[in-house]
Amino acid sequence: MSTTVDDPRVIEIDVRTDEMLINMGPQHPSTHGVLRLVLRTDGEIVSEVTPHIGYLHRSAEKIGENLTPRQWIPYTDRMDYLAGMNMNLGWALTVEKLLKYEPPARGRHLRVIISELGRIASHLVAMGTYGLDLGTFSPFLYAFREREKILDMFEEVCGARLTYSYITVGGATADLPAGWLDTCEKFLDQLLPIIQEYHTLLTSNAIFIKRTAGIGVMSAEMAIDYGTSGPVLRGSGVDHDLRRDGEEIYTAMYEGYAFEVIAEKAGHYPNDHKYPPIPKEAVLGDCWHRFYVRMLEVMQSIDLVRQGIDHYRTTSGSYGEPMKLNQKLPKGEVYLETEAPRGQMGFYLVSDGNAIPWRARARSSSFCNLMVTAPLCAGALIADVPAVVGSLDVVMGEIDR
Amino acid sequence: MSGQTFVDQLKQKFGDLVTGANLENIDPWIEVSPEGILEVCAHLRDEPSLAFDYLNSVTAVDYLHTDKKKAAKADWEPHIEVVYHLFSMQHKHSLVLKVMLPRWQNDEAGTLPELASVAKIWSTADWHEREVYDLLGIRFTGHPNMKRILCPEDWVGHPLRKDYEMPLEYHGIRGR
Repeated sequence: MSTTVDDPRVIEIDVRTDEMLINMGPQHPSTHGVLRLVLRTDGEIVSEVTPHIGYLHRSAEKIGENLTPRQWIPYTDRMDYLAGMNMNLGWALTVEKLLKYEPPARGRHLRVIISELGRIASHLVAMGTYGLDLGTFSPFLYAFREREKILDMFEEVCGARLTYSYITVGGATADLPAGWLDTCEKFLDQLLPIIQEYHTLLTSNAIFIKRTAGIGVMSAEMAIDYGTSGPVLRGSGVDHDLRRDGEEIYTAMYEGYAFEVIAEKAGHYPNDHKYPPIPKEAVLGDCWHRFYVRMLEVMQSIDLVRQGIDHYRTTSGSYGEPMKLNQKLPKGEVYLETEAPRGQMGFYLVSDGNAIPWRARARSSSFCNLMVTAPLCAGALIADVPAVVGSLDVVMGEIDR
Repeated sequence: MSGQTFVDQLKQKFGDLVTGANLENIDPWIEVSPEGILEVCAHLRDEPSLAFDYLNSVTAVDYLHTDKKKAAKADWEPHIEVVYHLFSMQHKHSLVLKVMLPRWQNDEAGTLPELASVAKIWSTADWHEREVYDLLGIRFTGHPNMKRILCPEDWVGHPLRKDYEMPLEYHGIRGR
């Protein structure tokens, strides 16, 4: 079922309706934070969407020009506050690229475990809130119940539940506590069957399919042209994941790990026989596919954390040495993107040889992903706008910085 | 392809439009003149052996020392660099482009420098160029919607410029 028509004004020709401007947000619950959408509507059909952003702008880049790289780590937490660990990692790797520093093997595995757990936590929120957007409340509670356990584990590791600043330039601020790996393994064992329940609740639910399949279809060409990344890009069938295709300093972290990029090939996803089949109504690049990619990535991350735990146990040595707070940086400039849960998070660092960077820039993945709202929502029903925006899974803190 | 051969090929094709390159940096970059940015970018995207179909980021860096002593020691004249990070989904390779601009058009303080917009080549550039305009004050000509994006529309100044000063007040809210 598709509600998109070439010219949305045509089908309501019999009913006299006036064009109306509707303001959605910045306090609307389905806009995931402080996003404001201005909809130009005619009856139930949206002909134009204009996103307005910037309500959460906190000048993070300007602050980055006045702090040393390690002092800026807490600010990266507050960008994508649902995946703080992955943001820390992105910035830490960028600085390490400039320093030409290689973290020890044990530190690498620690980072894989932590960042993949962060990905699971973030995707659980994406799944739960997407259910909320579409009018079902319980998956949200279930998702937050499981996420809570990950936050408990993170708290044990670094003392914080949301803004961790744990992974830092040179390694991490502390080693994993004793017995933590066993807790983690127990958690993964009980999470695995629960994910199947979520599939029953949402992925293969008839109403959910009606609300998402065939809605907001984005072709692979368009996804690339708009610079989307992460599950949004892969949901359009583009086989691209920086954990495999990224720069060497980042892919080196995943050396010795077996995983397949979650992207559709000839009507199938890797290992999809274990999960609900793709419904007939779904079109590649629609909301359902973006959601499905995220769900499969949770399974992939569970597997990667397991592999990481095995590697970590069998590797001896140090987990890394955090860089001194005021260490001088070499002259030069680097750009590095990492695969954060929401897509490719890039950091650009220009150094003039001082301890404080000349320029620190964050290329936000949600920023590019949100840009497709306008073309995807043109011609859709008002009720489909939250379905499209929710499927992009944006975090405003990261967009506005 | 080695960096030098690539630069030579581009120079051969575009002549003076390619003004320089730095191959020693960790991420090597190529310098393009402001007049040539559209032509070079279109070539980089459409040439099948390059196929830079993905624009990661557009940003800019302000080079200015507000401190006179430091300015005297600096090995550069004050200017602004616009930086493009490109990637090819097909070949999985990346490229950095730079365009050098004066801080003010024709050295008249307050007149923003101008550069052609690449939003028609990569849609990503739409919002990214608006952000550069908002925070660093570069006007992109031919852009479909050259408005501020992060700051309010009536904001004064471009915050990521090195000589930016926070306004004393904004709609009755104290700034400093």
